[in-house]
Amino acid sequence: MSAAMRPEDRIVTPSNRDGLPADEREPLNALFAIYHSLTGKKYAMAITGFVGVAYVILHMLGNLQVFAGPAKLNAYGALLRSNTALLWAVRIILLAAVILHSVAAYQLARASWKSRPIGYIHWRPVASTYASRAMRWSGPILGLFIIYHLLHLTTGAAHPDFRHGDVYHNVVTGFHVWYVSAIYVVAMLFLGLHLYHGAWSMFLSVGINNPTFNGLIRGIATFFTIIIVIGFISIPIAVLLGVIS
Amino acid sequence: MNLELYVWRQSDARSPGGMVRYEAEDITPDMSFLEMLDVVNLKQIENGEEPIAFDSDCREGICGSCGMMINGVAHGPLRGAAVCQLYMRSFKDRETIHIEPWRSRAFPVIKDLVVDRSALDRIIQAGGYISVSTGGAPEANTILVSKERTDLALDAAACIQCGACVAACPNGSAALFTASKVSNLALLPQGQPERNRRVISMVAAMDREGFGACSMHRECEAVCPKEISVNFIARMNWERLRAGFTRFGE
Repeated sequence: MSAAMRPEDRIVTPSNRDGLPADEREPLNALFAIYHSLTGKKYAMAITGFVGVAYVILHMLGNLQVFAGPAKLNAYGALLRSNTALLWAVRIILLAAVILHSVAAYQLARASWKSRPIGYIHWRPVASTYASRAMRWSGPILGLFIIYHLLHLTTGAAHPDFRHGDVYHNVVTGFHVWYVSAIYVVAMLFLGLHLYHGAWSMFLSVGINNPTFNGLIRGIATFFTIIIVIGFISIPIAVLLGVIS
Repeated sequence: MNLELYVWRQSDARSPGGMVRYEAEDITPDMSFLEMLDVVNLKQIENGEEPIAFDSDCREGICGSCGMMINGVAHGPLRGAAVCQLYMRSFKDRETIHIEPWRSRAFPVIKDLVVDRSALDRIIQAGGYISVSTGGAPEANTILVSKERTDLALDAAACIQCGACVAACPNGSAALFTASKVSNLALLPQGQPERNRRVISMVAAMDREGFGACSMHRECEAVCPKEISVNFIARMNWERLRAGFTRFGE
């Protein structure tokens, strides 16, 4: 193995870009070219992850209306469904985000696994968090949970007594089953782990980083992680404790 | 002090390797870690056995030659130090020490603890330089650079290309290494003309060598002998994004 320069190692300039795809200046080709690199896949992770974080904050705030009573919650549900076009536009955006996030995550994980074919006999973490090392598990677990959640409270296929339009009833009867509530609570703890690392690192992945406000980014990410987890968990626990009925 | 060592032995690139037990006897706390290995190797030679192969050169933390995993941590327990700057007073009498080489697909093992790090050289060759005609040295002070920018660029330039970042990273990413060079040159006036093509080319080279992707575990920063910050990785991400949309607008 020598450090000799190979033809493909040279810097490419406008005058020597022979061998490259037809026109890298075309917007679509440029996007694919960026995604082709591992860094480009990280941009995709950060952007789709941001969509997820934004959604999860709004979803939690909307869901907390369960504490305001059946009338308020069911009116909120009706509002979300009032504009079919908008509803499906949002659903498609969310679905596309989840799919791209998962595909990019798989491609990145595979590249990283291949980069170390023979593992260490001894490796000790020094600075990484459990959250960062668990991303490849917490992600798929959340993916499976999302599928279950949609079957449980959106389509009703996994719900014992689903009534279309009666969101309050679906939530209360759904969470009265203790092991269903347990699944939700555990899933939300995994969400907390996933967000603790993801909501912070997504900024660095696209280069939003400055010593002046790096501490603020870490603080905001932690704050929203805690708020989101507590907000979500409060609902099944409130049902089990009889606070909501 | 006496220590029990388990060292990775591998006779060549094609052979499988394994951990072999050694006794390090009569080691003084003031010996450096590599001196301790030299003492073990003296005994190996006396017994007619193959000494443990490992890289070293300056033995003062500036050349980037040395590197090994010590009890699962790149360069051992001392922060901001290469293994040549680690002394045996960091260990206790009768302690067990596990020693492995850097592990990465891009760093094939040559022998024992010696790995081929020319992948890092190829990343540098792909753009980690400025193209300037050599000749008489120009007056350095005619190009103005603020102290803040100079200091930041020098923080990035401190990289000694030892590869500990790759070794420590759970993903096997070379992001900190590549980012230190990209950042150093992107921050300085002489680096501006080739700023965009440099980051595109070096990031592509990094991927091509088979390194993994960065997910901000921050292990690299913690083991770096020069304590280079992951903020430079964020800077490289920004440079790559910028370059992707303004590529030949430089």
